[in-house]
Amino acid sequence: MRLRLEARPEPSRVAGWLAPLIAAAATLVVGFVLFSALGKDPVQAFRAFFLKPVADLYGVSELLLKASPLMLIATGLAAGYRANVWNIGAEGQLLVGAIAGGGLALAFHDADSPLLLPAMIAAGALGGMAWAAIPAFLRTRFNANEILVSLMLVYVATHLLSWLVHGPWRDPEGFNFPQSKLFHAAATYAPLLEGTRLNGGLLVALGVVALGYLFMQKSLAGFQMRVAGLAPAAANYAGISSRRTVWLGLLGGGACAGIAGVQEAAGPVGQLLPSLSPGYGFAAIIVAFVGRLHPLGIVLASLLMSLLYLGGESAQLNLALPSAVTGLFQGTLLFFLLAADVLVHYRLRVARPAGSPAPVARAA
Amino acid sequence: MDQLAQLVALTLAAGTPLVYAALGELVTEKSGVLNLGVEGMMLVGAVAAFAVAATTQNPWLGVLAGMAAGAALSAVFAVLALTLLSNQVATGLALSLFGIGLSAFVGLEYVAVVIEGIPPVAISGLSDLTLVGTLLFAHNPLVYLSLALFALVQWFLYRTRAGLVLRAVGESPQSAHAIGYPVLAIRYLAVLFGGACAGLAGAYLAVAYTPLWVEGMTAGRGWIALALVVFATWKPWRVLAGAYLFGGVTLAQFQAQALGLDVPSQFLSMLPYLATIAVLAIISRDAATIRLNAPASLGKPFHAAA
Repeated sequence: MRLRLEARPEPSRVAGWLAPLIAAAATLVVGFVLFSALGKDPVQAFRAFFLKPVADLYGVSELLLKASPLMLIATGLAAGYRANVWNIGAEGQLLVGAIAGGGLALAFHDADSPLLLPAMIAAGALGGMAWAAIPAFLRTRFNANEILVSLMLVYVATHLLSWLVHGPWRDPEGFNFPQSKLFHAAATYAPLLEGTRLNGGLLVALGVVALGYLFMQKSLAGFQMRVAGLAPAAANYAGISSRRTVWLGLLGGGACAGIAGVQEAAGPVGQLLPSLSPGYGFAAIIVAFVGRLHPLGIVLASLLMSLLYLGGESAQLNLALPSAVTGLFQGTLLFFLLAADVLVHYRLRVARPAGSPAPVARAA
Repeated sequence: MDQLAQLVALTLAAGTPLVYAALGELVTEKSGVLNLGVEGMMLVGAVAAFAVAATTQNPWLGVLAGMAAGAALSAVFAVLALTLLSNQVATGLALSLFGIGLSAFVGLEYVAVVIEGIPPVAISGLSDLTLVGTLLFAHNPLVYLSLALFALVQWFLYRTRAGLVLRAVGESPQSAHAIGYPVLAIRYLAVLFGGACAGLAGAYLAVAYTPLWVEGMTAGRGWIALALVVFATWKPWRVLAGAYLFGGVTLAQFQAQALGLDVPSQFLSMLPYLATIAVLAIISRDAATIRLNAPASLGKPFHAAA
């Protein structure tokens, strides 16, 4: 018996929503096998990885805290991906956003104006947009591939932040550690819940997700971007400017990533340091895909990815497993999703042995 | 003059990982498949090579392990992108993210391990001949091997029937399929070759260039290799030239420090990435040349109906 793929006349919506569930389930199975292979009791390991981190209120607050930047960035990226604009440099845009907003916090270090934090967020959005404008400009003006340019700029941004916190912005009282001064209260988020680190950044993130939904589904520009992604030739014929699509896709992604960067600096971190982001910009790419580039899906996927981060930390504490296992799970999840996605456009058919008659229903 | 010869040697050494990775990706892309997972395959190749070299005390076994690991990871890509027809851009990105995670995970035990790397060749009497000796006879064996690989790829693509078929598959898989060539099998082989080359590039870094393992030690070379294939407009000899150009740029930071230039090291470290962006913009400006030279089916899935 051989299986073969048969193209569906139109993409299956059911398969589209089933695929992430299949992928998540398959990732869990791989986790089971992996834990066993590493000599851990898989049931206990599972509990430590997926249940223990969210067993109490603090755990849930951490889940939401880490999900915020992921859903924020993924929303911005999804707008671009829908239009076939492949911004994969969100990590760099995040860092530059943090530099811009954090720079403002350091420049007005003693200010106690309630406007400082909103101004920092605006600066972060602008910083991220400025960084994303480079690939947008080079793509529209010089036809340079935005995947490679935006990715190269991640390394540039990493070195830029490293230089700032080693040099001009280093805390003079920081025992020579490469980090900036701690931000004052006016430049940081207050916790939403006493005793947790969860802050208003989550509300900003949810607001941006809602805005992203309105933009993509209800606005003309969003519609044009979707057309440009689904049928570039038709979009061209209809007079939809591909330049504008590229600019919108990249600037939107940059703004979201930049805000996420400021919110990390002004939230859980409270200062600028080289290890500001544990790869949120890259993880958000996976969130965007697993969430089907759809706002609701992105929120759910960001919770799942956030759980993988927490699980990695918990596995390190409770199972003596390296937290790098998180990256492994994230990659595996995306692999399975891509594999399961085949069912959206194709259906599996058992191939008939050569020479046997065609099924009657088909002949009729 | 001696210093100049030294500089040439260092440039060759720094450019070699790019030669391997970019030549492999070139062959993959010539078959019409875009695998953005080079960075991940290089890292997995590097960690596999280092681990095997550390365990067996034999760096050459490490090189083989690196190639096998790179090929194994590329096989995952091939199953997804070729058999299951997934989006090649997304799958390649996934491969890179997965490879970064996997190598960090596996590499943890090897972070502070010291191994005996592959030393440069030393032919008594020849390697010491001042200028000519350093220029011709004192490189790492893997540097010579990369030149051999270049010659092989050039010969294969443009002088053999199999190379012609591979290019035909990349230009028009439908026609190649109609004539009766096994498009999928050819693409599988091209992807595996690219994976083995990326693994070899990583192995070179981990057991020859700087014999040690550091998380993320490829530092974006996989992405630079991808850009190189575009700069080179899919021509092997231009890949070679570009790789050494970028090898030279990588060296600039050490040279500037040696000269006592008062530039923060971080700015010098940015140079290879900025140079990549600049060259990419200059070369891509001519959209027609890119379109003419790029394999026509690059990145498009092929599904033989029936």
